[in-house]
Amino acid sequence: MTATGKILLLHGGLLCVLFALQFVLPAYHHGNLARIMVLASYAVGYNILFGYTGLLSLGHALFFGAGMYGMGLSIQHLGFSPAPALLAGLIAGVAVSTIIGLLALRTVGVAFMIVTLMFAQAGYLTVLYFVDWTRGDEGFVIQQAQRILWGIDLSDPSNRYFAALLLFSISLLISLWLVRRPFGKTLVAIRENEERVRMLGYDIQAHKLGAVVISGTIAAVSGAVYGLLFGYVGASFTAVPHSILPLLYVLLGGTGTVLGPFVGTVFMFYLIDLSSGITTAHMLIAGVVLVAVTLFAPQGLVGELRRRLWRWLP
Amino acid sequence: MTLLSTRGLSKSFAGLQAVSGVDLDLRQGEVRALIGPNGAGKTTLVGMICGRITPTSGQVMFDGREITRLPAHKRMLMGMAYTFQITSVFTGLSVAENVTLAARRRVPHSGLSDAVTTALRRVGLSEHVEQEAGDLSYGHQRLLEIAMGLVQGPRLLILDEPTQGLTEAEVDRFKALIRELAGETTILLIEHNMSVVMETADRVTVLNFGEVLAEGTPDEVRANAEVQAAYLGGD
Amino acid sequence: MELGPYLLLATLEGAVMASVLALTAVGLSLVFGVMRVVNIAHGEFYMLGAVFAWYIAHWMGGHPALGFAVALVVAPLVVGAIAVAADMTILKRVSYDPERTIVATIGLLYIIQQLTLMGYGPEARPVAPPFNTRLALPWFEFKDGALSMYWPWGLSTTSYKLAVIGAAIVVLLGVWAMMARTRIGLLMRATQQDRDMAQAFGIPVERVYALVFGIGAGLAALAAVLIVPIQQAHYLMGADPLLLAFIVVIIGGLGSLPGTVVAAILIGLSDGIISVFFSPTLAKILATLLVALVLVFRPQGLFGARRS
Repeated sequence: MTATGKILLLHGGLLCVLFALQFVLPAYHHGNLARIMVLASYAVGYNILFGYTGLLSLGHALFFGAGMYGMGLSIQHLGFSPAPALLAGLIAGVAVSTIIGLLALRTVGVAFMIVTLMFAQAGYLTVLYFVDWTRGDEGFVIQQAQRILWGIDLSDPSNRYFAALLLFSISLLISLWLVRRPFGKTLVAIRENEERVRMLGYDIQAHKLGAVVISGTIAAVSGAVYGLLFGYVGASFTAVPHSILPLLYVLLGGTGTVLGPFVGTVFMFYLIDLSSGITTAHMLIAGVVLVAVTLFAPQGLVGELRRRLWRWLP
Repeated sequence: MTLLSTRGLSKSFAGLQAVSGVDLDLRQGEVRALIGPNGAGKTTLVGMICGRITPTSGQVMFDGREITRLPAHKRMLMGMAYTFQITSVFTGLSVAENVTLAARRRVPHSGLSDAVTTALRRVGLSEHVEQEAGDLSYGHQRLLEIAMGLVQGPRLLILDEPTQGLTEAEVDRFKALIRELAGETTILLIEHNMSVVMETADRVTVLNFGEVLAEGTPDEVRANAEVQAAYLGGD
Repeated sequence: MELGPYLLLATLEGAVMASVLALTAVGLSLVFGVMRVVNIAHGEFYMLGAVFAWYIAHWMGGHPALGFAVALVVAPLVVGAIAVAADMTILKRVSYDPERTIVATIGLLYIIQQLTLMGYGPEARPVAPPFNTRLALPWFEFKDGALSMYWPWGLSTTSYKLAVIGAAIVVLLGVWAMMARTRIGLLMRATQQDRDMAQAFGIPVERVYALVFGIGAGLAALAAVLIVPIQQAHYLMGADPLLLAFIVVIIGGLGSLPGTVVAAILIGLSDGIISVFFSPTLAKILATLLVALVLVFRPQGLFGARRS
């Protein structure tokens, strides 16, 4: 079988399994998996910038938040219905990621990480500041009546699962398609050796900006969908820990692999879920995993799989 | 016709004069070698020509257009190609993908695979098309680097010490390749291997302490007493 | 209160803040300058200093000054030792690679913070100051054409706050003397200049790194011990000092100690004064945006010289 065949079979197979799982999973895990798929989409977006382009952002919660608040505020204050609200979230994501990209990409390396962190922190504080609009730390609930998209009630668990699966499929396919396109290959080449790519006549800044916008927009749409599916918009989704999460998922799952973000999200989600029975300090697990992955498995789970067994994995 | 010229091109790093007042004129189709002892400013000069380094003063003209402030990638799109001194092929990509990446900005989509095949055949890597570049021998990686330059169909091909680390047979093959390209494309060659310079270059420019010490045909340069003192005799 | 006395009060509060901030930021700057490591866990070392101070004061009992004096010495040493251990077990093993150390110190941040939550708990706990005399401050006004002095109500500070400012100055002078005058300071500067060259000259670079990381963390812990009688010890208290220390280090020019101190004074004082006019959240938004834009447009810092 050709590599392309194997790739299509594997990723298509995963989506089919996810589709089938909803009929057999108990309600608790059914709900978890819907949440995981939305968070995994966020991580897929993050991976395009971090894994494939080699730019480590510490501020992706700003993009997630832009989508979430773009959607939520337009429902809450402008009376939008879900479809245009999602579009508003997407547009907010494109706008914010373009501006942040233009500014932050003037820096490199460590400065890029700090700048993205600072912009995201400013975004979080802005949400807290405009408390009349955003309800600050407390956030606001999106009522069930406001969550009906084309006659489908998104608060219903099974509809919610479908919507999450749809979002995840789209993100996964965009990611898969991108890395097989010349644009994606150029991003990988930039990660490997930026100067060399420049001297082949490529506009590095334009490519990086493209990566920031695609990555930020996927994160924003994930944020918008998250708010809509789970009916809540809150400031914690724009805070620093929420920027660290996709980094954690991607590092654990495998940077620069298409499946890594999903695998990392599943592992991390259930690690934290299982540990919550033992301790309330659930971020301890996140810290231990971050250090352990950095020390012992810099390639992540899927990365190790690729290195040892399946070299054809994208 | 002059393809590339520089006027008074200078660069200083923190007060240290790396290149000063270099005037260079390359005719279309000529093979020009740039030689000089280590630290003579060859790589800095070439860096300013292809846009990796911003000059302190002076001008670069390419194809009748002043390009002193033009970003590197735009110069490449005008028809320059640069191969690196340290091999910097993309080790994770296959040989063909490396060359495709190099070709994509300059070759129309329909002709892409033909161009890649031709470039790889010319450097003699046809048998390694699907191999991962990181698995190639050092000499083959250098040849791949040259193929990545060739495939762009450049009007000016800048080769920075292309024969460094090649075996004798590979050097011979490289000389033949340059002779084949002569007339077809303009080549600026930074080279330490004197036999390559003498056998392939139309003209030779000698750089010493950042200045042009001499310029002429290989025989003239070889006969030049100053050059012998500074460089050839120094070995 | 009128504006004049109010500003004096804000300036005094700002000076206390600036002192603590300068200590914290110098620790961060030292680590970045010598090791080129961005330590995201720096705020947690600060927090640990405060928490250990509470434990020590609590166990010692007796006069508050006794527990506090012990904490002032022991807490920074213990935190420094923890940092040295973290350097040797984690940072050294990732070869101080910039990206991987950032990720590892983020991990460290959560580990320290959450272990503190598990051990110390979610409460905020006070430590009694060793001495705390209230000092009323005079103000001047024109009355009937002549300058006269009066004591506005509410315009006061405490002896402890003045002592914090004094202590910070002493410690900063100590750090300067260590860097400029001692052998270990020389080794640090040599390592900062050129790591490989230092190694070639037989400087034990790894031990210098561990020491610097320990001193950096110790300074943060010391700052926290000084502040804990004014604020309280809480497991989440590290976030704000981390952010402010970052702002200070970046504005002052990455890795420059004098620039860091100047910036700390500037930020500390202005934070006190700005919060008189703006809400603290807005002040923080502006400061955060300012620092991001400084990094984007003037990466050498506001006080650093541009290098070609």
